Amino acid sequence: MKLIYLVPMGDIDPDILESAALCLWHTFGIEVTVSDPMEVQTDTYDSKRKQYGSIEILRALLKSAPKDALRVIAITDKDLFIPVLSFVYGHAQFEGKVGIVSIARLRQEYYGFPADKEILTQRTLKEVVHETGHLFGLTHCSDVACPMTLSTNIRLLDRKGVTLCESCMLLLKENMLEK
Amino acid sequence: MRKNWEILVVDDEEIACESLAAWLREDGYPTDIALSGQEAINKAKEKEYALYFVDLKMPGGPDGIETMMHIRNIYPDASVIIITAHATVDTAITALKEGAQEYLVKPINPEEISLLVDRIIKVKNLQRQNILLRKKLTRQYSFHDIISKNQKMHDIFQLIRDIASLKSTVLIQGESGTGKELVARAIHYSGDRAKKPFVSVSCAALAETLLESELFGHEKGSFTGAGSRKKGKFELADGGTIFLDEIGDISQKLQMDLLRVIQEKKFYRVGGSEEINVDVRVIAATNKDLMKAVKAGEFREELYYRLNVINIQIPPLRERREDIPLLVRHFVDQISHELNKDINDITENAMRVLMDYNWPGNVRELENTIERAIVTCKSDVLSEEDFTFISRAREMDEDWTVPTNESLQNVEQRVIEATLRRFEGNIKETASVLGIDRSTLYEKIKKYDIPRYKKEETIEKE
Repeated sequence: MKLIYLVPMGDIDPDILESAALCLWHTFGIEVTVSDPMEVQTDTYDSKRKQYGSIEILRALLKSAPKDALRVIAITDKDLFIPVLSFVYGHAQFEGKVGIVSIARLRQEYYGFPADKEILTQRTLKEVVHETGHLFGLTHCSDVACPMTLSTNIRLLDRKGVTLCESCMLLLKENMLEK
Repeated sequence: MRKNWEILVVDDEEIACESLAAWLREDGYPTDIALSGQEAINKAKEKEYALYFVDLKMPGGPDGIETMMHIRNIYPDASVIIITAHATVDTAITALKEGAQEYLVKPINPEEISLLVDRIIKVKNLQRQNILLRKKLTRQYSFHDIISKNQKMHDIFQLIRDIASLKSTVLIQGESGTGKELVARAIHYSGDRAKKPFVSVSCAALAETLLESELFGHEKGSFTGAGSRKKGKFELADGGTIFLDEIGDISQKLQMDLLRVIQEKKFYRVGGSEEINVDVRVIAATNKDLMKAVKAGEFREELYYRLNVINIQIPPLRERREDIPLLVRHFVDQISHELNKDINDITENAMRVLMDYNWPGNVRELENTIERAIVTCKSDVLSEEDFTFISRAREMDEDWTVPTNESLQNVEQRVIEATLRRFEGNIKETASVLGIDRSTLYEKIKKYDIPRYKKEETIEKE
C-alpha cells in the first residue's frame, strides 16, 4: 500500500506533526505515516542569505524517499528560499513526489508577537495541504478561502482555510483517478 | 484566463530559471525557460509570450537588455521584467529607458512578483478585451467598408441591399470625401454582378477627347497617339458595373454619348464603325447640384432623369458627428498597422478636437488628418498636440469674416490661396475641399497667378 510520508526536519512539535498527518489523511484520503526525523543537510545553507535552499533539500528528500512512498512531505523549522525569491513558505515538485513546508515564518514570534501554538498549527496545516495539493497537480486557486490560494504574506495566509474548496476537491479527485 | 498567457523565464543559471518557472507554473501560467539570451530570442521568434522575466547578466551572448531589445523589436508591446542580483542605478535607468516594464533586484519578495504578474496580465486581458470589443463594434456598424451608426446612413445601407440586384441606374450625390465610390462599390458587391468587373472612371480627371476614348475605347489610328486598338471602360465593365465619378463635369457632347449608351446599351469605339453591345449597370456620382445645372442648361435634362432613377444622398460628416469616434478608431487601427507604427489609442481631448471640427473634406479629410497625426506622433497614443494643425485651420475659419468691400474675384483668389496653404500645396485636397475639379483649380491658379506653395513661407505667415 502506498503512503504519504510526513518527515520532520529540525525542531517540530509532535502535536503539530500529528495534526498535519490527520489533516492530510482527511483531505487526500491516503494513509499518512510520520517518519523518523531527518537532518537538514548543512550544504543547503546559504550563509549570505542565512537561509536554506529548498531545491537542494527537495533533491535530498527524493533520494531518500522510501519505496512505498506515494508522496513525501517534510516540515522544517528552517527558513527556505529559491534563488530568485526572498523566501518561500513551502516548495513542492508540481505533480511530483516531494515537497517541503517551512514553519520559520509561520511562528508568531517571527512577527514580534508571543508564541501561539494554535495559530502555528493552523498555519502549518494550510501550508502542508497547499504543498501536497501541488504534488497532486493542483495549481493556485482564486478562492481566497481555499488553502490552494497563493499566499505571499502572513495576512493572506491567515485569510485562507484548511479545507479545499469544491472546485479544487473535484480537480483533486480527477487528478487522482487519472493516475 | 491564466492559461491563455504564457511566460518565458530567461536566466543562464538553470536552477534559478527553473525554480522561478516552477513557481509561476504553480500559479497557473504555462511557463517556458531559456538558458541564454539567444535561446530566448529564438523562442520569442517562434511564439509570443505575455511576459518575459529576463536576467540582466548573462555572459557569452546577448545580456538581459540586449535580449529585451531583440524581443521588443519583434513585439513592440512585449512586457519585459529585468531581474538582477547586481543592481546599479545605471543599469536600472538603461533597462527602463529601453522599455523594461520593471526592474527587480534578486531576491525578490514573492508578494511583489505576484502583484506585478497579476497587474500585467490584468492589463493584457483588458487590452485583448478592448480589441475584441472594438472589432465587434466596427463589425456592428460597418457595411462593405462603410462605417456608420447614423440612421440616415443605415437607411442608405438598406436601400443598397434593396437595389443591389436591380439594373436601374443610380445617382449618388454628396460632398467631396463622403464616400460616394464606397457606396457604388457596396451596391456592386451586394448584388448579382459582384463577380463581374467594377470599373471606376473619374470624369473630371481627363480632357474631353481622352475621356471619350477612355469610356468607349478607340480603333487604331483614330487620333494622334492611338497606336493600337483599345477597349473602353464600358467594354471592360461588360456584365458588371461602371462607376462614373464627377459626372457633373462632363461636356455636352459626352452627355449625349452617355445618354445613348444608357438608352440603347450600345456604342461605337472612337474612330470605329462596329457597334458594340454591352450589359453594364451605370452608377454615377457628383458633388454638384445637378438639378441646378439642368436649370442653368449645363446638364442635359434627359440624362439627368436617366441617371437619377435611384437617388442616394450621402450626408456630410458634420451631419453625422456620432460616426467620428468610430471612424477615428477605425483609421487609427488601420493606418498605424499600415505604417507599422505602434499607436493604439487617442486621448479624450484629441477626440474632442476632432468632434468639434467641421470636416469640410468629410471622411477623406478625417482619414488624411489621422494619417498625418500618426506619421508625426512620437508616443503610442494620439493626443491633442498631434492635431494642432486642425486647431490652426479652425482658427483661420473663425477669423474669417465676409468681406463687403472686395470684388468677387479677389475673394475667390484669397480663398484659393488660403486653402492651398492649409493643404500645403496639395492640389487634390484643395480642389476637393473647394468643390472644384483639379483642372479648374489649375486654371484659377494660372488666372490669378497664385504662386506655388512653399512650406517655409507658410510657417512665417503663421
